[in-house]
Amino acid sequence: MKAQDLQRAVRGLADDVAAHAKAAGAARDLAIIGIRRGGVFLAQRLRAELTRSLGAEPPLGTLDIALYRDDLSEKGATPIIGPTDIRFPIQGKTILLVDDVLYTGRTVRAALDELVDFGRPRRVWLAVLVDRGGRELPIAPDFVGARLEVADRDHVQVQLTESGAAEDAVVVKRRGT
Amino acid sequence: MAEVLFIEGGRVIDPASGTDGVRTVILRDGKVAEIAERAEKPRDARGIDARGKWVTPGFIDLHVHLREPGQEYKETVATGARAAVAGGFTAVCAMPNTKPVNDNASVTELVLARAAAAGLARVHPVGAISKGSNGEELAEYGELLAAGCVALSDDGRPVLSSALMRRALEYAKAFGLTLTVHEEDLQLVGKGVMHEGAAATRLGLKGIPGAAEDVMVLRDLALLELTGGRLHVAHVSSRGSVRAIREAKARGLAVTAEVTPHHLALTDEDVGASGYSTDFKMNPPLRSTEDVQACREGLADGTLDAIATDHAPHSAVEKDVEFDAAANGIVGLETAFPVCLALVRAGALTERRLVEALTIGPARAFGLAGGTLAAGAAADVAVLDPKAEWIVDPARMYSKSRNTPWKGKRLAGRCVMTIVGGRIVHEEGRTER
Amino acid sequence: MIGRHKHCISLAEYSREEILEVLDLAVSMKEVLQRPIKKVPSLRGKSVVNLFFEASTRTRSSFEIAAKVLSADALNWTSSSSSVTKGETLVDTAKNLEAMRPDVLVIRHSAGGAPKLVADHVGCSVVSAGDGAHEHPSQGLLDCFTLREKLGTLEGKTVAIVGDISHSRVARSDIHAMTKLGARVRLCGPPTMIPAGIETLGATVHYQLREAVEGADAVVMLRIQHERIGDPLIPGTREYSKLWGLNAKKAAEWLRPSCVILHPGPINRGVELSPEVADGPQSVILDQVQNGVAVRMAILYLLAGGNPAEAGEAKA
Repeated sequence: MKAQDLQRAVRGLADDVAAHAKAAGAARDLAIIGIRRGGVFLAQRLRAELTRSLGAEPPLGTLDIALYRDDLSEKGATPIIGPTDIRFPIQGKTILLVDDVLYTGRTVRAALDELVDFGRPRRVWLAVLVDRGGRELPIAPDFVGARLEVADRDHVQVQLTESGAAEDAVVVKRRGT
Repeated sequence: MAEVLFIEGGRVIDPASGTDGVRTVILRDGKVAEIAERAEKPRDARGIDARGKWVTPGFIDLHVHLREPGQEYKETVATGARAAVAGGFTAVCAMPNTKPVNDNASVTELVLARAAAAGLARVHPVGAISKGSNGEELAEYGELLAAGCVALSDDGRPVLSSALMRRALEYAKAFGLTLTVHEEDLQLVGKGVMHEGAAATRLGLKGIPGAAEDVMVLRDLALLELTGGRLHVAHVSSRGSVRAIREAKARGLAVTAEVTPHHLALTDEDVGASGYSTDFKMNPPLRSTEDVQACREGLADGTLDAIATDHAPHSAVEKDVEFDAAANGIVGLETAFPVCLALVRAGALTERRLVEALTIGPARAFGLAGGTLAAGAAADVAVLDPKAEWIVDPARMYSKSRNTPWKGKRLAGRCVMTIVGGRIVHEEGRTER
Repeated sequence: MIGRHKHCISLAEYSREEILEVLDLAVSMKEVLQRPIKKVPSLRGKSVVNLFFEASTRTRSSFEIAAKVLSADALNWTSSSSSVTKGETLVDTAKNLEAMRPDVLVIRHSAGGAPKLVADHVGCSVVSAGDGAHEHPSQGLLDCFTLREKLGTLEGKTVAIVGDISHSRVARSDIHAMTKLGARVRLCGPPTMIPAGIETLGATVHYQLREAVEGADAVVMLRIQHERIGDPLIPGTREYSKLWGLNAKKAAEWLRPSCVILHPGPINRGVELSPEVADGPQSVILDQVQNGVAVRMAILYLLAGGNPAEAGEAKA
């Protein structure tokens, strides 16, 4: 996916979310939480767009799921744990969880477990830029930017200028090449 | 009738007679018959090819702990004597800190009987300075001498009372016995477990300053001067001791001294390097490089008369525990020669001095026969291969105990044959125990 | 594992990077401690056994809480006797406990080298909670964490450690960690309490308190034991307190206003620290306690988290 397509997808996501939020009467109670690391900058972009559409700035938080992973004994302790930073109450809010790529669903499962340890949200929506299929858990996104058909061994990477990439792009690296 | 042994081709090093060169050694009837530049092998003689080897008087160890009676699970007179001959030692002096302490004829006779039954290294019992070695009353030196003791010691403990030490030195004069003393001021030692210094500080272990040994050596030299007896300082480890002994000898005092192979080869840093291994815990402790250097110089210049192993067997029960709780001591009979030979290779000692400190040096210190290959001397001989490399394998050691810092290490130098009274009691390659 | 370490026994063996790794992780752990639900599932199903041969409620509780916040199971085993002659040897005790398959053994013992001895005989990870006068690695790390939090960095800072250095495992761990992080360490106490060769660890020695604390960015006060039978190192606490204790007057006259005061606890109020100073604005003693849990969580997480064979990226 090239830069223009990516940016269009983000706007599309934001519009979709805004529409649903208004329909559910949750425009005032929306809060955005980006899943580290890929979801953080994406969440910031969505927030900017949603501020325009909703006329109010939804609070923004960051979630690091390292302490909630289910594969610790295989992968080993992950020393680099980033900050989980949620400074608003979760209770009663409509939380928009944001991540860049949805694959097996395990990251989202961990994020949900961590989220409810902070409080009981009214509802949780999941927004992802890319859904590459290959689910290993019954996790479904509510908002998707694009669907990709890739092989299991391929690596899908979302590159954003905020993290130093030359330009926005979704890159698929075929492993073994 | 003992066979005639004809040892040829070896380099005979006998400092007592000033011999150092290739000679033939003929042993007959349990005595040295002849050392010749050239000789014909008698028909009834057994020939021993000693080419490339050293042939020396059998080594004499002034300081071993054979643990019998009382702690036979660590070592017995027999197993200790076997370990001794494996290391080239044909005579050892057995310290009296057994259970019960050797302060009477019965224990002395037991030790001698066990040694005779084993028929390996000669064992010279050392009797206690005080009854029970508790530092209060003199033991019966007359009885101990008559029973066969060659010296007196309360080793394991210092003689704390200066008054008792003075009387012991005086009383022993009547019997011509030397007091061999374990020097440490227990209050300065406190709860120390290794040498006091940067290494102990880093390991968080309580230290024993060299001064704890020095103050007692200085005290006993003063008492020696007062009484005119005979004093031998056991296991010298600190530079202060070496200096004091050197000065005392210069003034003509009748003092001799010994040093262990480990105090010539290892330092306090080795405790940390080994990860708190209790095979590096002994008393006196391994000290600093300066102390080791002083001991090497003292040995080289004759201040220290003898190398003595302080062979101290302990089992896993005593050693496989935290450093603070472990018993002090390491075995040393089987590793003494290669460890000291390494000093020769390092240039700290001459070959002649090494052999002297293992043979005539110790013999003279305690007034023992032996330590020489002069004609007519007892046929106690060691045949050594200075080049043989071997790995110290606990499973193949002759001692019952395995507490050695050289476990698993590669050493160079080995005794290949030991002869006591004209009989071959150890032959490398023959594994009978 | 922390770096290449299976155990956490001695900060002398840790590199600067490994120390920073623990401190950085402890930041996230501290955040968990500020949540309404102070629990994360990371060490669920793992067990941590506290094997304490020396009494210590505070360090033991700290490790216990750390384990529980990480959802590990925590078990305490206390013994008042470490003497071999009184019964089971240390190695036997550890092996018996190991048979119950703990993932981490936390050991405090009065003999230096005891955790290493246990580590050589068991298969699980071993954390030292203090061995004789040797080291107390988690304390050293939490002291560094606290200082980093308060001062921003340890690089170029001056830290004074005051008290019975010769018997202090905290001092040794602090010296190793702080010098590796770039601090200058000054040691201060009566000459009888300064151990031989301590300068070789990279610290300077001062007998006068004023000289040690003037200009320092932080002062670590150590506890003085009232009696040391058989070998008294000081005439008594009265003179000690006068010359090496910190009270409000000395603090006001000698310390920088920004200087922070630490103490590993428990405090002998009136001896090394006066109550005003212990409870005063420069004291960060209570922060140390909270940071202790976070640092211990980081250590347990790094050791019990499994094999670090590959640090691959998790599939999202």
